[in-house]
Amino acid sequence: MTDLIKYTAAETASAIAKGEVSAVEVAQAHLDRINAVDKKVNAFLHVDSEGALAAARKVDDKRAKGEQLSPLAGVPLALKDVFTTKGIPTTCGSKMLEGWIPPYDATLTRRLKDADVVILGKTNMDEFAMGSSTENSAYGPTGNPWDLTRIPGGSGGGSAAALAAFEAPLAIGTDTGGSIRQPGAVTGTVGVKPTYGSVSRYGLVAFSSSLDQGGPCARTVLDAALLHEAIAGHDPLDSTSIDAPVPAVVEAAKMRDIRGMRIGIVKEFAGEGYQAGVMQRFNESVELLRELGAEVVEVSCPSFTLALPAYYLIAPSECSSNLARFDAMRYGLRVGDDGTRSAEQVTALTREAGFGDEVKRRIILGTYALSSGYYDAYYGSAQKVRTLISRDFDAAFAGVDVLISPTTPTTAFPIGERADDPMAMYLADLCTIPSNLAGNAAMSLPCGLAPEDNLPVGLQIIAPAMADDRLYRVGGAVEAALNDKWGHTLLEEAPAL
Amino acid sequence: MPGITREEVAHLARLSRLELQAEELDHFAEQLDVIIGAVARVSEVAGQDVPPTSHPLPLSNVMRADEVRQSLTPEQALSGAPASEDQRFRVPQILGED
Repeated sequence: MTDLIKYTAAETASAIAKGEVSAVEVAQAHLDRINAVDKKVNAFLHVDSEGALAAARKVDDKRAKGEQLSPLAGVPLALKDVFTTKGIPTTCGSKMLEGWIPPYDATLTRRLKDADVVILGKTNMDEFAMGSSTENSAYGPTGNPWDLTRIPGGSGGGSAAALAAFEAPLAIGTDTGGSIRQPGAVTGTVGVKPTYGSVSRYGLVAFSSSLDQGGPCARTVLDAALLHEAIAGHDPLDSTSIDAPVPAVVEAAKMRDIRGMRIGIVKEFAGEGYQAGVMQRFNESVELLRELGAEVVEVSCPSFTLALPAYYLIAPSECSSNLARFDAMRYGLRVGDDGTRSAEQVTALTREAGFGDEVKRRIILGTYALSSGYYDAYYGSAQKVRTLISRDFDAAFAGVDVLISPTTPTTAFPIGERADDPMAMYLADLCTIPSNLAGNAAMSLPCGLAPEDNLPVGLQIIAPAMADDRLYRVGGAVEAALNDKWGHTLLEEAPAL
Repeated sequence: MPGITREEVAHLARLSRLELQAEELDHFAEQLDVIIGAVARVSEVAGQDVPPTSHPLPLSNVMRADEVRQSLTPEQALSGAPASEDQRFRVPQILGED
């Protein structure tokens, strides 16, 4: 038998449905792999072997009884530790929630279970999803499987690393400013931020509610589409959930035909700060799109240069409000309650002990931006920028079907390099943030290795809101053409762990 | 745009219920000053006549039907509490001595 951990999700589901392999064998192969390599990678914060094997047995039982299986039945998945899981620890990478066992499932968790996806465990992340390197986890950094001394991106570095290390064929991330796409780019995997409102946020621990969006991570475009279809759709428990049909993403991923599509290069995402090898692979991708029959033009979105500053006012503002819930009273950590201190003192001591540096910085920054003296100049202006960015997108999409750019300006940087330099860290999300501010859909997929360091480069594709299928149509075609050219997938070039 | 001082950071930390250590205050004040200097560019648009966007979706007043439905039991709701008593969250002293 070939190596089960190398199967795509689509291949795994098909092999299980045909009875070529049992779901229990598949789950065990991945648990064994996690056991063998995760001490080095640190992608998982919690592995639920018992739950995974029980879910797999259920799939095998259903098949034995001749019941219809869902498209991802028996496929293992790594779940970012920011979604609640009933009875399974959920920490958000924070000491604040160490040992917390949620009493309920997130809608996304429940949908995965209903689809008989086998949840292997919870993945490492920057604390409360704030960061671009997974170094802000209270439980130690995750290593990039391409080079364990480098960052796997963030905040969803654990999910992306689990895919690249062949610990799981599918993973879930959340993308507030790039936390699905940037880890995808630097690990040579596929990550999609669906249209805001298309995947329920119920049970997703909130960082910045108007930006947070859960989405699929996978090793192939088709696998991401299959997962997208399983998790997206209206949820009455989320008041910002879109009540409309999910675009036909699986069909689009299989089309492999982009003739006649109009594609725009975002002019602003190039120049100073962009690594030469990243631009080389990006420019080759542009040529490839032309060869595949697309019409590629350059477009200008001048307000995008204000996206990063606007984001670092809006996201911390919402964060400072959302994280006020961690008050040491109802759940999570409580320290200093010695009978002499007031509730307010216990809250302040607990938050000091429970939050890491980046979370504290953002809470303070957000509190500052929302202060009466600064509100109009900072938060109010940032909200105007948000309008201008949406207008730039609208103008661009009047002329093209999708936009493209590099996903992130550089390849994976060394662990520690930017850890105490917040502004340098923030630049990793330069190209991904506009889509969060406007709420549209975007994907990152691997487009080669940068020649200077042999590390993966991501191509970002951006589509209008509720046109997520265009991402998969373009992504599927590019992936197929690149795999043909290389004779294999990019991840086959990753060093053995 | 003015920068941010150590005293302002201390005040904001108090408002945010963060009992910061002295060395944290020094460090954060320095870093936040750099960050605020970098993000202050957004005020370029302050004078422009542009409506603000607070949310990407034009949804408002999304309500559910007013029906009784299953929710957490008291035991489940209290399951993560640092301290509880008689089906209630037990908290430190909230009011002053007098």
